[in-house]
Amino acid sequence: MTARRAAPHDEDRQMTSPSTVMLDLDAPVIELSGARKTYLTGDIEFEALRGIDCRIYPGEYVAIVGPSGSGKSTLMNILGCLDVLTEGSYVLAGEDVSHMNEVSLASARNRRIGFVFQQFHLLPSLTAVGNVELPLVYAGVAPGERRERALAALDRVGLADKARNHPGQLSGGQQQRVAIARALVTEPAIVLADEPTGNLDSRSTADVLGMLDDLHAEGSTIVLITHEADVAARAQTIYNVTDGQFVGDSVGIAK
Amino acid sequence: MRTADLLSSSWSAIRSHKMRSLLTMLGIVVGIASVVLTVGLGLGTQKDVSDQIASLGSDLLIVSPGSSTDDSGTRGGFGSAQTLTLTDAEALASTVAVPDAVGVAAEKTSDLSLEYGESNWTTTVTGTSTSWTDVRSRELLYGDFFTEDEVTSAADVIVLGSETAHELFGSTAVVGQDVVIDGDSFEVVGVLAEAGSSGDTSLDDLAVVPMTTMVETLDDSGASEAVQTIYLKAASSDVLSAASQEAQNLLLNLHGIASVDDADFTIDVQDSLIDAATSVYEQLTILLTGIAALALLVGGIGVMNIMLVSVTERTREIGLRKALGAAPATIRNQFLIEAMILGLSGGAIGVVIGVGLALALPSVLGSTIVISGLALVVSVVVAVGIGAVFGVYPAARAARLAPIDALRDQ
Repeated sequence: MTARRAAPHDEDRQMTSPSTVMLDLDAPVIELSGARKTYLTGDIEFEALRGIDCRIYPGEYVAIVGPSGSGKSTLMNILGCLDVLTEGSYVLAGEDVSHMNEVSLASARNRRIGFVFQQFHLLPSLTAVGNVELPLVYAGVAPGERRERALAALDRVGLADKARNHPGQLSGGQQQRVAIARALVTEPAIVLADEPTGNLDSRSTADVLGMLDDLHAEGSTIVLITHEADVAARAQTIYNVTDGQFVGDSVGIAK
Repeated sequence: MRTADLLSSSWSAIRSHKMRSLLTMLGIVVGIASVVLTVGLGLGTQKDVSDQIASLGSDLLIVSPGSSTDDSGTRGGFGSAQTLTLTDAEALASTVAVPDAVGVAAEKTSDLSLEYGESNWTTTVTGTSTSWTDVRSRELLYGDFFTEDEVTSAADVIVLGSETAHELFGSTAVVGQDVVIDGDSFEVVGVLAEAGSSGDTSLDDLAVVPMTTMVETLDDSGASEAVQTIYLKAASSDVLSAASQEAQNLLLNLHGIASVDDADFTIDVQDSLIDAATSVYEQLTILLTGIAALALLVGGIGVMNIMLVSVTERTREIGLRKALGAAPATIRNQFLIEAMILGLSGGAIGVVIGVGLALALPSVLGSTIVISGLALVVSVVVAVGIGAVFGVYPAARAARLAPIDALRDQ
């Protein structure tokens, strides 16, 4: 594997898309400023995020770690445009998404973010290629182009031969690779992986992490949320979340 | 999201729960099938009744002698006067004077005793012309009506009503037999098909002979020219009042009467029957519509119930679709279309079953069922509408689900 640094100037990016080509590569993909999130449960206010500042640049591989209840899931929801901040701002790929309504957020998720979930979240009624096509369906891409791009994404994760299989016919590791293909197919600004190995055995874990390493090597921006230190160790930069704040310095690891 | 994708996505969701989708549709199927059947029965009954009225003659004018009211406003002489004659009947048959009439039949009646062997039966014997069957809309069960030659020669032939034949002979296949009236023997040349009854009067208890035979052989009233009734058949029910006007003018002219108020005859139309029947259909239609609406309401509630279950069960799927970029409206439309497809499929199956039953039932129940294409189309449209109406709430709930909560759902 090629050693890479946090690389705002990666020249050999293979992943370019209409939504990212306009980006100034010096500009961060993700820019959180004074991010606060408060939940109201009955009369009790709970501050899940207490002022987080964070910049992630194109081509970076970032891990966000922390114990459960630390606020890292809230952070992941904010980064994934699944939730909005109570205070502060979030600029994603040059677009301020802090105060977007639900419709615009749905569109932002569709164009900018590729999700990889712990539970895979593949639809059992669809084939592998059908699942990978799903984000393109919501983007309104025509069927022919959709199929072509989905097959290319499956090929990238090494599952071209399983395109017609239903999720039930695939192993856990293969299912997660289908999910990664689904995350890649829109050529998003970031791949947001939430405990992607939480449901996998050690062999599949290595498989999926290797996959993420390859994507990073090819220039994708990856944000990995995990509570396992050895998984986080694959990333270049590790942010440690505790009580809704980053603690200590982010750890840059040259690999 | 493209419309085609929305449709195929909804369709595949329905297909992946075949059994449940079928059970959901069942309510709509039963509702629509019962709508098709009840509407068919309603239309069938309407057809039966209007056929019966047509058989009585909804295009029929009845000319009776005497005025219905005299100068003092009381009814007088109606039906018993002898002011209508065979000459009047011949004049009314003129296509020049009464162009809107297509048939005229005068009736000269007398209650007489018919004998066959040991049995005898008193009935109304009618003398008339050969146009009688056409004007009165009657058909022959056996044999033929008497002919023009038999009228000219005043032949001793008779046509019996089915009830009369049965009373005399114990059978209706009696063509060629002889009946005796006042010592004269008449050959039975035909037996009329059943026509039911008009009010209290049976239309099947009668005997018909040529007018000439009536005048020359049977009538002993001494007023050989007088007739009791002249029936006029209008070209259609639309020109009934025109024909009535023409007949009235002709008869006033013939009788030398200047004013309608002094008329010595009365022209009736069988309007009242049509009015009565129409009000019966209206009540029947309201009743059947009510039953059908209830059946469909139950079906619609079934759709809503299952769609709500489906939203709950597919919470994770909804969450995923939203995370992947489905807008709330897209999710809402998907569930709405699912509900409408359930309605459409249920409606289509219901129409097929309803039509099947409508084809099979008449032979069992003996009732007429009329299948109306319009009713079928409306049924299917209504079924889709029910899917939409009862799908709105579950669809809105699906659209409102927050993606984070939905994804977490186990």
